[in-house]
Amino acid sequence: MTGTDFTQGWVNGWIITIVLINLVGCLWLLWWTRKRPEDHIAEGESMGHSFDGIEELNNPLPHWWLNLFYFTIAFAFIYLTLYPGWGDAKGMLGWTSHGQWGTEVEKANNRYDRIFAEYAGVPVAELAKNPEAVKIGQRLFGNNCALCHGSDARGNTGYPNLTDADWLYGGTPEKIMETVTGGRNAMMPALGAALGGEQGIKDVAAYVLSLSGRQGAGDATAGKAKFDMMCAACHGPDGKGNQMLGSANLTDNIWLYGGTEVAITETIVNGRQGKMPAFKDTLGEQKIHVLAAYVYSLSN
Amino acid sequence: MAKTHEIVEKNVGLMIILTLVAVSFGGLVEIVPLFFQKQTSEPLEGMKPWNALQLEGRDIYIREGCNTCHSQMIRPFRAETERYGHYSVAGEHVWEHPFLWGSKRTGPDLARVGGRYSDKWHEDHLYNPRDVVPESNMPSFPWLFDNTLSGDDTGAKMEALRAVGVPYTDADIAGAKAAVEGKREIDAVVAYLQGLGTILSFKR
Repeated sequence: MTGTDFTQGWVNGWIITIVLINLVGCLWLLWWTRKRPEDHIAEGESMGHSFDGIEELNNPLPHWWLNLFYFTIAFAFIYLTLYPGWGDAKGMLGWTSHGQWGTEVEKANNRYDRIFAEYAGVPVAELAKNPEAVKIGQRLFGNNCALCHGSDARGNTGYPNLTDADWLYGGTPEKIMETVTGGRNAMMPALGAALGGEQGIKDVAAYVLSLSGRQGAGDATAGKAKFDMMCAACHGPDGKGNQMLGSANLTDNIWLYGGTEVAITETIVNGRQGKMPAFKDTLGEQKIHVLAAYVYSLSN
Repeated sequence: MAKTHEIVEKNVGLMIILTLVAVSFGGLVEIVPLFFQKQTSEPLEGMKPWNALQLEGRDIYIREGCNTCHSQMIRPFRAETERYGHYSVAGEHVWEHPFLWGSKRTGPDLARVGGRYSDKWHEDHLYNPRDVVPESNMPSFPWLFDNTLSGDDTGAKMEALRAVGVPYTDADIAGAKAAVEGKREIDAVVAYLQGLGTILSFKR
């Protein structure tokens, strides 16, 4: 903030004037309501007020208590001068809430940056064997990844299990970091229309089931012909998938969206567009490095 | 006791007036200046008002009481900025009527939830939070998937907001109904959530 932050010039004077009136008013109120010596009423005697038989006696406040009132008024002047209080004055201490936040962050950075910098020099696969680094990574995971992948990293329908050594985009340290940094956008298209109606879909589903040694209601042989034409480009002629494309291995009986005939049919008909958000800006490179070590440690 | 003191104590009308003067000091000095402060009255650079669908999503967010458990106010403490991102600033909220800062966090703060999860995640999560976060105690909102928006009031809502300073154009208002008609409520809520707090972030 440079100069005044007010759009109208009078606001500054308005604040200062009212604050002054308020503080001086407090002083005046104390003076105005004090016991007057000229009244000559001894302590404990009647003040001459009574209502419904209740009488007000002269019981003055203890001096130390009264002086606390004066002290709070003096404190107000000191406080308003040290901190931003008089209109848009910055205050003698130059305090700001974002400045205080900055100090807090800097203090933390001084303490933690060394650790992250040290870890940044260690290859991920090696770092995954360091229990302290893995613990830090686990905390980062809990804060940023657990909502989708689960606090045990075992995933959920639609959100990959990270502990089973089955990877869509690759499980090398480099690939894990790439996934976390830039995110991933899966794009399995909806093929319901392209497979020639209900029978075609059933046949392909049957063939996909047969890849993991199971049987479907359709004709797997007919399904294979359609699979070779429509699906093999991404999932490969053998159905083992391709990590370059993020296409799933269909032969290992590990299913992101469920492996029942119904679930597989739904995937074929409607497609799947799984999306992993990018964490580059949220975490930064060094933290992603440590996080990758944790993820890597889960399956290695 | 002096007579002047008695005058105030025995005249209820005068006492009321003087009490009002005394208690108005706080408001006059702490609230009134905020209307004339750039920080609190000018939008951030590049900020856009909610589009028609997001606006409807915001109203559903209020209807379902999301703001009773989720705040939208990241305080300038490291513990909060590490978890949620850049602290909230006043300029982000100048078009919010009413603002949804909140003060109670049964769930996490949502001020910068935009872009943090996928649309699909939000859908799964709102349908039944336990499907994606087994530990969650958030209620399910399955009706959002069945209810559709008519868009009958959307334009009027935008006009009302324009009257209090949100810069909607005539084209925005004219196209409001078409932009939301027939959309599911869940689409509106997700569009709103994905737009929350995306204007400010830390560059690393």
